[in-house]
Parts: sequence; structure tokens; C-alpha cells
Amino acid sequence: MTADGGSTGAMSGPPLPNDPKITMKEVDHVARLARLQLSDAEKERMRRELDGILSYIDKLRALDTEGVPPTSHAVPMTNVMREDEPAPSLPQAEMLANAPDRSGEFFRVPRIIEE
Amino acid sequence: MLTDLTIHELAERFKLGDATPTQAAREYLDRIAALDPKVKAYLTVTGDAALAGAAEADARFKSGTPLGPLDGVPLGVKDVFCTRGVRTTCGSKILDGFVPPYDATVVARLVRAGAVILGKLNMDEFAMGSSTENSAYFTTRNPWDLSRVPGGSSGGSAAAVAADLAAATLGTDTGGSIRQPAAFCGNVGLKPTYGRVSRFGLVAFASSLDQVGPFAKDVLDAALMLQAIAGHDPLDSTSAAIPVPDYAAELSRGVQGLRVGIPAEYFIEGLDAEVEAAVRAAIETLKGLGAKTESVSLPHTEYGLAAYYLIAPAECSSNLARYDGVKYGLRAPGARDLIDMYSRTRGAGFGAEVKRRVMLGTYALSAGYHDAYYGKAQRVRTLIQRDFQKAFERVDVIVAPTTPTVAFKMGEKEDPLSMYLNDVFTIPVNLAGLPGLSVPAGFTKAGLPIGLQLIGKAFDEATLLRTAKAYEAATTWRERKPGLAA
Amino acid sequence: MSGAYDVVIGLEVHAQLLTRTKMFCGCSTVFGAPPNTQTCPICQGMPGTLPVINRRAVEFGIKTSLAIDCTVNADNRFARKHYYYPDMPKNYQISQYEEPLAEHGHLDIEVDGAARRIGIERLHLEEDVGKLIHEGSLETAQSSRVDFNRAGVPLMEIVSKPDIRTSEEAGAYLRGLRAIVVYLGVCDGNMEEGSMRCDANISLKRAGATPLGTKVEVKNMNSFRNVQHALEYEIKRQGRALDAGERIVQETRLWDPDKGQTVSMRSKEFAHDYRYFPEPDLPPLNVEARWVEAVRATLPELPAARRVRFMRAHALTAYDADLLTGSRALADYFEAAVAQCGTPKAVANWILNELLRELPGDDERAVADCAVSPGNLAGLITLIEDGTISGKIAKDVFEKMYRSGEDARTIVSREGLTQVADAGALGAVVDGVLAEHAKVALDYKAGKRAALGFLVGQVMKATAGKASPGVVNSLLAEKLSKL
Repeated sequence: MTADGGSTGAMSGPPLPNDPKITMKEVDHVARLARLQLSDAEKERMRRELDGILSYIDKLRALDTEGVPPTSHAVPMTNVMREDEPAPSLPQAEMLANAPDRSGEFFRVPRIIEE
Repeated sequence: MLTDLTIHELAERFKLGDATPTQAAREYLDRIAALDPKVKAYLTVTGDAALAGAAEADARFKSGTPLGPLDGVPLGVKDVFCTRGVRTTCGSKILDGFVPPYDATVVARLVRAGAVILGKLNMDEFAMGSSTENSAYFTTRNPWDLSRVPGGSSGGSAAAVAADLAAATLGTDTGGSIRQPAAFCGNVGLKPTYGRVSRFGLVAFASSLDQVGPFAKDVLDAALMLQAIAGHDPLDSTSAAIPVPDYAAELSRGVQGLRVGIPAEYFIEGLDAEVEAAVRAAIETLKGLGAKTESVSLPHTEYGLAAYYLIAPAECSSNLARYDGVKYGLRAPGARDLIDMYSRTRGAGFGAEVKRRVMLGTYALSAGYHDAYYGKAQRVRTLIQRDFQKAFERVDVIVAPTTPTVAFKMGEKEDPLSMYLNDVFTIPVNLAGLPGLSVPAGFTKAGLPIGLQLIGKAFDEATLLRTAKAYEAATTWRERKPGLAA
Repeated sequence: MSGAYDVVIGLEVHAQLLTRTKMFCGCSTVFGAPPNTQTCPICQGMPGTLPVINRRAVEFGIKTSLAIDCTVNADNRFARKHYYYPDMPKNYQISQYEEPLAEHGHLDIEVDGAARRIGIERLHLEEDVGKLIHEGSLETAQSSRVDFNRAGVPLMEIVSKPDIRTSEEAGAYLRGLRAIVVYLGVCDGNMEEGSMRCDANISLKRAGATPLGTKVEVKNMNSFRNVQHALEYEIKRQGRALDAGERIVQETRLWDPDKGQTVSMRSKEFAHDYRYFPEPDLPPLNVEARWVEAVRATLPELPAARRVRFMRAHALTAYDADLLTGSRALADYFEAAVAQCGTPKAVANWILNELLRELPGDDERAVADCAVSPGNLAGLITLIEDGTISGKIAKDVFEKMYRSGEDARTIVSREGLTQVADAGALGAVVDGVLAEHAKVALDYKAGKRAALGFLVGQVMKATAGKASPGVVNSLLAEKLSKL
């Protein structure tokens, strides 16, 4: 397998193996990044399914995109801005109405433990 | 029955005084009560509000001051649109109980035009899916065959129009979620150019791909719906400040001399024989009406699905990060601490497909993989856009199948990848930001609808609509209805 | 501190912009409203909402960039920075990453007479987060409460190059930056209230060596003094550790002002993976040269230049010039007063001593609300200069002016505070005092110099303070010499 740093323009991170099997460790890591609690069965199924999808997506690597700029916006536009004029805020009661846990005028969350 | 009528036919009756908006609303509500238990298109029916709105429309017609073609017309909207004071779930458990304090811009525009909202329609969770089987609540049935899916993600919106449970509906299309269900259910479904219609209040799935569009019983209705919702919105920075033409005005111009492109890459192995036959027959019909056809090439078509399944999940993983149990929606009980609360809530609140895409998207954006995956997909997107740009130097509209198959049976596509392949003809259009429309083009021997896709230049919905109109006028597919009995 | 190490410090400053509305929605930014009353679906990150850029925030960013000599990037854009925290409504912050608004500027500082140029890496715009209130301390709280009023307020992040070498330089850099943003009117620079915040990155390396040491991030320093103390502590801590052959852990530490030390947050195994990507809901910005030049034309005289001019044109000391130019409002006040009475030294003294003692602060509001207008101060000083009142009486008059808002002349004439300088009248009083306190006079003659002060005081008492000290002194001297 050759590093295709050329075609992607800038390749960061470890070189991808021919067979980009996503490992269980990676599944765990990504689930943590995404704050998703998955059961062991879910994790295993996820690993298999993601592996299949990533293998399919791998066909993109064959495409030479040297010098091709990325598209972030489908229709080119620039400088969309608004004036610094106040608009009414919504009343406190409406903003808190959907709160799963409320403490007076605040939203309340469980204790925060640093990771 | 008023429920058989199109929007323009209803408007005519209202104007003449042969029927009132309240009568129409009541008929639709009665029909929903009778048939929706079978079709399962609606998540929430807003009967009281609908009748109140209809009464106001009655008064306007009585005093000779109707607001326009949509005044008093009963519509449904996909449950992905925020509706003030009305439960909005996006087909997900994580938004169970969420009642938005504001309306999506498109909903406000419809209401301002006098339309009457019958309720919120079922969908694949957070618009991710092609069958509506991913709804956390229930699966909508295809009115043409209740054992089959209506398509997705806007399955409820398509089924409602097909079963005459609304005069027209709003859906959204990120990779085909209007066009594919429109094809499966025999409706006209339109995905406008990216930026043509405001996304404010549309719960985001993939921000650079999502667009709002109508499902309608015929092409004129689709034009009327688009007219009401299109146009710049200062609340949406990605909405285009391009003037909105009068879509109905040019509708009957015909296709004499129209240059029609036929993309070789869309007629591939895996395309159902009956679908192909119908599409080819449609092309012949267009030629008969005066269109000129030629072959075009969109060489990067085969890479569209892969690029989409990196870009859309990446953006969705970001857009769905806010569902965390803090401010609205579900909060899973029994959490030890904040992180536990986040993980449990999202673990319990999201379905399997959503979790899969959030994981895929997070992975594609994560350190070390960003350039190889997300960055690469963005470059491929440029190549796909360029394909279309080049083709449109020679043709005015591109004609293709909407889907590779017709509606499949519920539970048939368990493997995620096989489900994704449904969207192989629709996805490139979203990647390029172009407008796409599906118009009924016949039926299989088994009686299932087939859709013809028209793809246009940016902001050239008018050409799509008049091409579809010409084709529709030369065919009789519209006359056939699903045999739904109460 | 061991001189064996070079200290390498970089500072990251977040400045809240003085726009009327938030960065991406029209909610008010006014401080102090009841919780969750200055929010809307957009800044609370409700489903379906979208951001729209506040033009004035961009303008303020451009203005500041020019004042710190940065190059404004014509093409710049917003990006999403992802992390989960309850004060983050969307669990991503809209910020700028690969294409910031401006880059490569500098700030010139002076410490102990030595001038140094501190490089500025970049300036970018982003939105602020909400406020988290813990029930107790972060470590012991069982729950926390969230107020989103602050979420979405525009922030400007200014990142220095790691050019700072000492805690004094850090303080000078911060003061200099603050003075600029206050001068420009883009930020009120209040570290205690959090409208300006500072995080530091600090590492030590062997003196003269090239490779940099391990960087430690220091947070929670809410005043210039705390920044300096925290850095001094870190320098000592890291120095001692290195001396003992220990490895410096790459981590984030919080400054604890009560304990006077930095405390480690649980060190993270990996750096945050922010998963940046360009914000799809916001088209990129293209800041044309025309806009930049239009903003440049609105730049006021900056603090450094004004300071130099004050020293030159008004013959002020560096110390006085520093203090007076520390606030644009104060500097304006000074110049307005000098314009009317023409004695810069006296005006400077009165402002720096009497006025600043009374004022609640040196900001725009405090100076604008000051009961003593520049004209009135000038009037008071004129009365001293022309001998109408003594310096001592003037202090009382000033206080009355401050309480009432009246001008000096009115107060002096109403209360008959005009200085008595007539030698004849005073001569009689002096005679009287000398007669009453003959013994003290003799003590003075015998060499007790302090006795003079007593005698002067008695004359003042007899004249209710109105006697001209100069005349009293010369009369006493003359009469005592004749005894």
C-alpha cells in the first residue's frame, strides 16, 4: 500500500491500512467522543457495520483529487451579515418550558466530574 | 370528495363558493381518522387548530378577500419542522415531549398564505433513512401496498399525499428523502436548489445538503407550494438572495426544443428492468413533445454515495451533539454524573441508524482521519459538481430514474449499506446543490409506482416544472389511485 | 528562581465585545439581567436554529487587528469546535480555526525601561458560552445550574506568540492590550467581571537551549495581579521540579488565589479532539480592503502614542503619563482641563490624587458621570494659580465641588473662602498669635524649628484657614527675626 499523501493533498495521522478495519478500541474511543452509551452487543454490531461502510467508502481513495479544492458550501456566497440591532429575547418561562430538570430560573445538570 | 382534489381544484371550489375550507378540513380529518390507522402517516394530528384556521379562511372567502392559491388548503408537514406549541419529535425518542416555542420559516409562510395545517408527519429518525422504518414511533405504510415501505426519510409526507390524507405536504431532502418516497408513492416530489428555501426551523441533519420541498398530487400543485415557501430568509445565512420567479406562469410553455441530457452512469446494473423501461418510455414521450435528447456523462456518479456517507454523517454528528438531556427532550434517569447522563440519554434516545451515522461522522472528523475521510469527500464533492456544470453547458435538464427499484417490503433491507444504495441516483444532486424533481412515470406490473427524475441547473426550478408538466399532461398516471378502503 | 532556565510564556486573551447584540442572534448583551431572560432559540441551540453573523462584531475585530498591527485575512471563515459541556448550548462553539480574521501582529511593551516587542499570532472571533454555577465547589457539588444569558456574546480571542519572558512582561502586555481595547471602545477590559479573560501557557527550558520545554496551561486568573502571581508561582514550581530532575507534566492547572498556588486539574491523557470543520451554516467572509481602510480611518490615537505625546507636549513623567493614558476617558478629561487652564502638571496632580480617589473607576462611565467637569477642575486650579485660594482650601473646595457639581468660583464666593493675602490684615493676626504664644516664639528662637509649624497653624486657625500660607510664613519669619 502506498501512502496517498499526494492525492489527498495533506494526509495526517497514521497511514490507513488497505483494510481499514475499525478496531473495538476505536469504537470505544469514538463512542466516548460522541457521548454515546453502547451495549457490548451494540458495540460489536457497530464495529462490523462501520467496517463494512468504511470499506465501501474506501473507493474514494482511488480517486485522484490532487489540486481539487474542497466544497464546504454548495452554492457560493460570502459576507452574509446582520446589523447590530436588538431583537426581543423569548420570555424566561418559554425558554425553560422544555427543561428536563429545572431549578428556579436555571437549568440544572448532574454533578460534573472532569474526565 | 374534496379529498380527491388538488390544491388548484380546491382553490377553484372555494372561490366559487362550492365548498368551504372548513368542509375540506373536516373531510381530511375524517379521512385521517378512518384510514391513517392503516397508513400510519401522522405522528400528531392538530385537528382543533386546523378547524380554527379553516374557519378563518372561510371568512376570508366569504368577504371575497382570499390570501392566495393556498388559502384554506389542508396541508401536512414532516415532523422535522418546528411548529410553535405543537409537539415536534423528528421521529426520535430523544425529542419526546419537545414543544418548540417558534415556527420554522416555511411553516410560518404557509400559514401566512392561509394554509391549514392538519398535523405532523412521520419520518425516519432525524431524516436518516430511506424507508421510514427508522422512525422511533412506527413505520408508515405505502398506500399502494401496505406491506411495503413508502420510502424515506419523508415517508409520512409522501404516503399522506398518495392516500389523500392531505392536499399536499412538506418534506425535506438531504440525499433523496423527497424524491425517493415521491417515486415510491407516485407523487410529484421536488427538492429545490440548495438555498432556494429557508432552513430556519428545519431540524438540521446535514447542513450543507438539507433542503425543504413539497409533495404534491400534480405538477401545478408543486409549483404553487414552492411559490409559497421559496425566497430569502434573513434568519438563514445560506438562503439565496435571488428573486423568486412566478413558477406557475411558465408552466405550460411545453418542451419544444428543450435539450435533455441522458446520463449513461445512471443506467447501471442493479436498475430494475421495469423502472428502466418506464424511464426510457418517458424519454420517448418527451422527444415526442419536441425535446432534443443527447447523451451526457457524469463520470464521478459512482463516488457520490461514498462521499455522501462521509459528509452527511460528519455534519449530522455535529448537528446532533446538542441532544444531551440538558435543555429539552429526553433525559435518561439514574445518571451518576453529567457524562453518564449525556451517554445514557443519547444511548437511549437515538435509534440504531442515527447512532451509526453519529459514530461514522465523529470518526470521519476525528484527529488523524479528518483529511483522509472528510477532507477527501469534500474534494470529491467538487468533482461531482463539476460533472454537472460541464453537462449543463450542453443541456437544459437531465433525465434519469429516481430510484433503482420500486418500493420494497418492510424489513427487507436490513443491511445498512443495501439501504444506502436506494439513494444512488438522488445523492449526487444534493452534493451538487442542484434542484431535482420526481414525477410519476408509470407502474410496475404489480401496481407499484415508478418515478422519473429531472435534474436542473441551479435556481432553474421553472424548467424542471415545465418539463414535468408537459410530461404529466401527455400521460394518465395521475388518474390511478391506491385502492385504500376505510 | 534558578537562573539556569529561560521562561517561555504565551498569553491567550478573550475579550467580550461591546456590541449591543450577540454574535449570531439579536439577543441583548447587557450584563446583569435575571438568568435565562436574554436568550432565544438561536443562542440556546434549539433544534432547527441557525446563526447570522453580527457585522459590528466583525468591524470591532478588524479595528482591533489594525491597532495591534495584524494583517487582516481577506478570506476568513467560521468553524465548529466540538466539546460537550453544559454551558455549551450546541455542544460545539462557533469559532474560527484555520482561517482566522487576522494574524501576525505585535504589541510593544516596556518593563523597567527596557522596550520589547511581543508578537501576536492571531486574532479571531467566536461566541461565548453560558454561565455554570456550582452548588458549592466544582469538586463537591452534586449538581450545577446553567444560565445562558452569556451564551452567544461575541468574543475576540487574541493569541500572543510565546515571546513573553517574565511575569512583569506578561502584566505589561495585558495592560497594554487592555488599554488598546478600551481605547477603541470594543471591550471594557474588566478582568474582575470577566469581560476580559486571560489564560497562559508557560514552559521552562535550559538557558540558551533551543528545544522548548513542556507547556503547562494556567487558567482562572481573574486580574492582572493574579496573572503575574500565578506565573511567578509556576516559574518557581517548574524550576524546582526541573532542578530535582522531575518531568513536567503537560496539563492544565488552575490558579487558586486563596492558596496562592496553581492546582492541577486531573491531567488529560489526550488533548481535546475538537473535530474542527468549516461552519456549514455560515458562508465565508471576504473582508475587502475598502472595509479595512474605512475602519482604519476610525482608529483613535492609540494609548502608546498618546502616552509619548503627553510626556513630550505636557512634560509629564512616564509614570504620570502612564496613569493618565491608562483610560481614554481619563486622558480626554486631562486634555480638556489643560486646554482651559494650561497647567498640565497641576491638572495631572489633581486628577491622579484627588479625582481618582473619588471616582469609582477610570472607565468611560465613571469619568462621564464625574460631578467635576474638566472645565470646573480647570477653574479650581486657576483660582489657586492666581492666589484666590490656598492649596489647602482648594482641597475642601474640590470635595464640595464633587458633592454638588458646582464650579469653584461659586463655592468660594458663597462661603467666603477667598484667601486672605493682605499683609496688613494678616500682620495684625500674626502679632496677636505671637503675643498669645510668646513662649513658643521664644522656643523657636532658641532653635526649636518645629515651633514654627505650630505658630503657622495658630494663624490658620485664627483665620479659619483662609490665610495665604506664603504670606503668613514670610510675615512670621520677619516678625520672629525682630524678636
